[in-house]
Amino acid sequence: MKKKSLKSAGMLLAVVTSLTMVLSGCGSKNNNNNGAASPSASAPASESASPSASPSDSGTGTTIDAKGMKIGMATDTGGVNDKSFNQQAWEALQKVANDTGAEAKYLESKKDSDYQPNLNSFVKNGYTLTWGIGFLFADAMKTIAEQNPDAKLALIDSSVDAPNVESVLFKENEGSYLVGIVAGLTTKTNKIGFVGGMELPVIKKFEVGFKAGVAAVNPNATVTSNYVGDFSKPDLGKLAAATLYDGGADIIFHAAGGSGNGVFTEAKDRLKSGNKVWVIGVDKDQSLEFGNEITLTSMMKKVDEAVTKVTLDTLSGNFKGGTVELGLKEGGVGLPVENPNVPKDVLDKVEEYKQKIISGEITVPTE
Amino acid sequence: MGQAVPVVELKGITKRFPGIVANDGISLQLRKGEIHALLGENGAGKSTLMSILFGLYQPDEGEIHINGAKETIDGPGKAIKLGIGMVHQHFKLVQNFTVAENIVLGIEPRRGMSINYRKANDRVRELSEQYGLKVDPTVQVQEITVGMQQRVEILKTLYRGAEILIFDEPTAVLTVQEIQELMQILRNLAAEGKSIILITHKLKEIMEVSDRVTVIRRGKVIDTLVTAETNESELAEKMVGRRVSFELEQERCEPGEVLVKINNLTVHGSDKSKNILEDITFNIRAGEIYGLAGVDGNGQRELVEAITGIRQIHAGGVTLGNVDLTQAGVRERMVAGIAQIPEDRQKHGLVLDFKVSENMVLTTYKDSRFGKNGFLNEKEIERHAAKLTSEFDVRSAGIHVSMRSLSGGNQQKAIIARELTRDPQLLIAVQPTRGLDIGAIQFVHERLMQAKNEGKAILLISYELDELYKMSDRIAVINEGRIMGELERDEVDDEKLGLMMAGNILGSKDGGAA
Amino acid sequence: MSENQSVRKWSRIFVASSIWVPIIAIILGLICGAIVMWIGGFNAWDAYSALFKKVFGSKYDIGETIRTITPLLFTGLSVGFAFRAGLFNIGADGQFIMGMTGATILGIKIDFLPWILHAPIAVLGGMIVGGLWGALAGYLKSSRGVNEVISCIMLNWIALYLSNYLIRTLVLKQGSQRSEEIQSSASMSIDWLSKAMDNARMDWGIVFGLICTSLFYIILWRTKQGYELRAVGFNPEAARFSGINVSKNMLKSMMISGMIAGLGGVFEVLGVFHYQVISAASSGYGFDGIAVALLGGNHPVGILLSSILFGVLTYGSAGMNFTAGVPTEIVRIVIGCVIFFVASQGLIQMLYKPFTARRDAKRKEAA
Repeated sequence: MKKKSLKSAGMLLAVVTSLTMVLSGCGSKNNNNNGAASPSASAPASESASPSASPSDSGTGTTIDAKGMKIGMATDTGGVNDKSFNQQAWEALQKVANDTGAEAKYLESKKDSDYQPNLNSFVKNGYTLTWGIGFLFADAMKTIAEQNPDAKLALIDSSVDAPNVESVLFKENEGSYLVGIVAGLTTKTNKIGFVGGMELPVIKKFEVGFKAGVAAVNPNATVTSNYVGDFSKPDLGKLAAATLYDGGADIIFHAAGGSGNGVFTEAKDRLKSGNKVWVIGVDKDQSLEFGNEITLTSMMKKVDEAVTKVTLDTLSGNFKGGTVELGLKEGGVGLPVENPNVPKDVLDKVEEYKQKIISGEITVPTE
Repeated sequence: MGQAVPVVELKGITKRFPGIVANDGISLQLRKGEIHALLGENGAGKSTLMSILFGLYQPDEGEIHINGAKETIDGPGKAIKLGIGMVHQHFKLVQNFTVAENIVLGIEPRRGMSINYRKANDRVRELSEQYGLKVDPTVQVQEITVGMQQRVEILKTLYRGAEILIFDEPTAVLTVQEIQELMQILRNLAAEGKSIILITHKLKEIMEVSDRVTVIRRGKVIDTLVTAETNESELAEKMVGRRVSFELEQERCEPGEVLVKINNLTVHGSDKSKNILEDITFNIRAGEIYGLAGVDGNGQRELVEAITGIRQIHAGGVTLGNVDLTQAGVRERMVAGIAQIPEDRQKHGLVLDFKVSENMVLTTYKDSRFGKNGFLNEKEIERHAAKLTSEFDVRSAGIHVSMRSLSGGNQQKAIIARELTRDPQLLIAVQPTRGLDIGAIQFVHERLMQAKNEGKAILLISYELDELYKMSDRIAVINEGRIMGELERDEVDDEKLGLMMAGNILGSKDGGAA
Repeated sequence: MSENQSVRKWSRIFVASSIWVPIIAIILGLICGAIVMWIGGFNAWDAYSALFKKVFGSKYDIGETIRTITPLLFTGLSVGFAFRAGLFNIGADGQFIMGMTGATILGIKIDFLPWILHAPIAVLGGMIVGGLWGALAGYLKSSRGVNEVISCIMLNWIALYLSNYLIRTLVLKQGSQRSEEIQSSASMSIDWLSKAMDNARMDWGIVFGLICTSLFYIILWRTKQGYELRAVGFNPEAARFSGINVSKNMLKSMMISGMIAGLGGVFEVLGVFHYQVISAASSGYGFDGIAVALLGGNHPVGILLSSILFGVLTYGSAGMNFTAGVPTEIVRIVIGCVIFFVASQGLIQMLYKPFTARRDAKRKEAA
């Protein structure tokens, strides 16, 4: 009797534990990201929406009336509060919805197998445009596009060859080249570090561009790379950064998503003990989140602008399909407007190289 | 004096469980300072009644009066408050706490925020001296013997101020000496004015220690008797409901050829310095019951495990008929004809969560009659189980209920049924009647005798000398892993056995004197 | 007579209390979830009807719900099988991954066989790899006494990284983060059914899942091997005393358990995705399986029902979010409520008992 109840209590405990594991599986990633996220991310979204809109769209501006139209967005497994591209994209979409009167909705994917049904939910409900955020969507997007030739789809960070999909790629290598120049001219030890999330082609583009930028202005500097193997492990990022700083590096450029937060933590710890080191942020102006004491500059990838632009185009009836690659020329990547830690002469140098890349004088390698 | 208010009076207690009336209008009076035995077969309703008194169950009908006042006992907490203490059959002690810590658990004497251990130890010592319960308050419970642990349980109730003590089958787990000591403790407690209810089915103990005895059968009080005015056979008859004979009426055949040979059997202990079994040699003849006496823990368990193949043999061997089984595995030895009734039936003999029918083929399910090509022939298994349970009178709510729901006696009968029906050549029975009531003991003994008369070799290991005397053709004594000597049925006496059990090799004393 | 008997046998599984308890539990969970939604200011009725509409609303959704249920059924059976033999297979996750990997590699590398040979080889191959992975934990337990929980947790991580390594070095699709597509001759998708179900991803997995469910029952309750496994599970000591080789049976049970989990992975690759992704974290199906198994009382029928419950809630929750606008956080709380009540059967039985007692009493009076 006693034994039995004990056993069932144990079972219950096991159930509860495993349920907690199940239910928090995706949640855990989001929880630590909640809160502080919105102010930092929404700021660049609002201030940079206008410049990019000017060259490409034909004067529609924000006067589109899209009442009754619906925009859908499926996140990848990072969830909508990932402090990264999912969040940037969603904030941009919300803004578009506010401005135009269209309706915007998102669906979070918990597992890889959710991508298709999530996209389908939008498509089958007659959404004007459906976004898939992140390269993980490539295969699902292709399938859905083929099955629903009338649906309009858009994809970030990967290219799908279908007439009804607009694929948005970024020339991360070009932006990374520019922050490479900043790093090459700022380093005192001539040792620079790079921390990557996983060894993916897209992250390789960051690394290669960065290295080329450093080499262009400071041939004596060496860049050491360290991949942590995960995008959501700040502890591993911290460890990788510690290794690089211990090896003499005074600047680290990270392209490691959530793991990159650990790089900032390590830099902050070193600053506290009187050791001045720098981090170069990624995707958005990370100085807004981690402070100017350690953030040298950031390689911004303007997902929000791309989402805004493609969405506005679609709402005004100008959905194009095909692949666009946004580089320096298109304003898809680049440094933040404010760079208090970068001296004027360095910024001038950056501007000089930027023009060379735009004019085609320099071609930045991708791999 | 006789008109004094009884400390406990139960009036018309009735308790029903689904499908059974466990207590049917039971009335009982416990007088101050008496030892009142509650006698009945397993399942007669003794434990239920006491659980009601201790607040574990609520009666469906009837009243409980404590010291003349009507009380509702809605939990053990209330019972303790009323001065009722219970010493359970299975101790509820924290193994890695000291004796004193266990005793004061829950109501520790405090000094500020911390426990006042010195005061606890002193209080425990005081109590143990008062009632003659010798224990060392500072040792851990896991290091003391079962008998000692029982004393700790008794002290626990006394520490909580119990005036009424309930003992649930207290001798079931004790050795002969420990039983004697317990009897003395009970007398001391009664002399100090405590009132005691002793649940048991052992007639000898009742005759020895109790003042009055109430016999319960099938949930009803049969009679309440003054112990001095009755005798064992009257009690037994009242308990079982028919006349019980204490002698086996069966004939006893003469043993035949030697069937089992244990040669120089040696088993190492976990540290190599000492052998658990040392050079054990004996043989058992067909149609012989070979009794092995000895105090618990002198290598009996290991010997059985070595013979059945569960424990590795390091030297010497086991031969059955002409087959050397020393290197054989458990199953091979089973197939060769070794069967056992294990000491711990619930742990080693049965799968309690299996159905009765499944348990009845635990050692024979591989036989082709119970299924071919790896499948189970459920119909045949059920047929077999039904046959066994009816032949051996295993009482249950059917062969589909779990073994757990059967009483201890019926569980034991199930094992005996299963093992004897396998028609083994050697049957090893370890404490086959432990915890069984008189009717069941008689049954087991008859079956063992029948097996002997069919020509099987039987190794009977028991801590109860009476049983060995009654059953065995020869008796050997084991002490610290060695055989001390072996006596024929007609040359056995208490003194010789006692000396051997204490570690003297048979004849050595005489030899020394001569 | 015999029909009567078999009916009785089945009804033993659904004895009055055991069928009512989960139903009451689900209802209570839904009520509890409704209260949560009501507090949060959402219309619970809309949300629940959205859930059911999402699951049963269209052929596509029914198909995708079945697709969601399939891996849960496999891992649930896997964990339940090991439980029956007294082992806690927390490693179904790793076995699932190894099953995937085996199927992926066999599905890609073999390119000369017809479907009738290739598909079974890939299925069996993946199943065996999963089984061996389970057997590894079983071996460590039976021969070295290593607690299976600890070894399984370790093996889960090893499986994840080993699988990533194998995919990367053997079958990587260049420039992406996943393997190549399996040969069409290894596909276990049912294309005609998918077409009939509006492009829902249908495959043979659910059929095999149901076969495994019945094999689970047959092996454990109808064979001598199963008899041994259950004896070991309930009381290894008694099993040993009865001549059953306990360690061999532990090994076997872990292997069979691993094979079932491996099959789940196999169909995820051969039936659903047709490729395997290199990912930083596991899908978590193995852990879901623990909850499924415990909820199902480790009985095959119970596991089937609980996997359906989990699958419906998982897939349908997107509908609550999408149609009824309930935020994902609240959706998770609602699902948690339902599962909590189903898991805490003791609580329900306590509530339920007075009713049965009264009914019994009435019956007695009547008699």
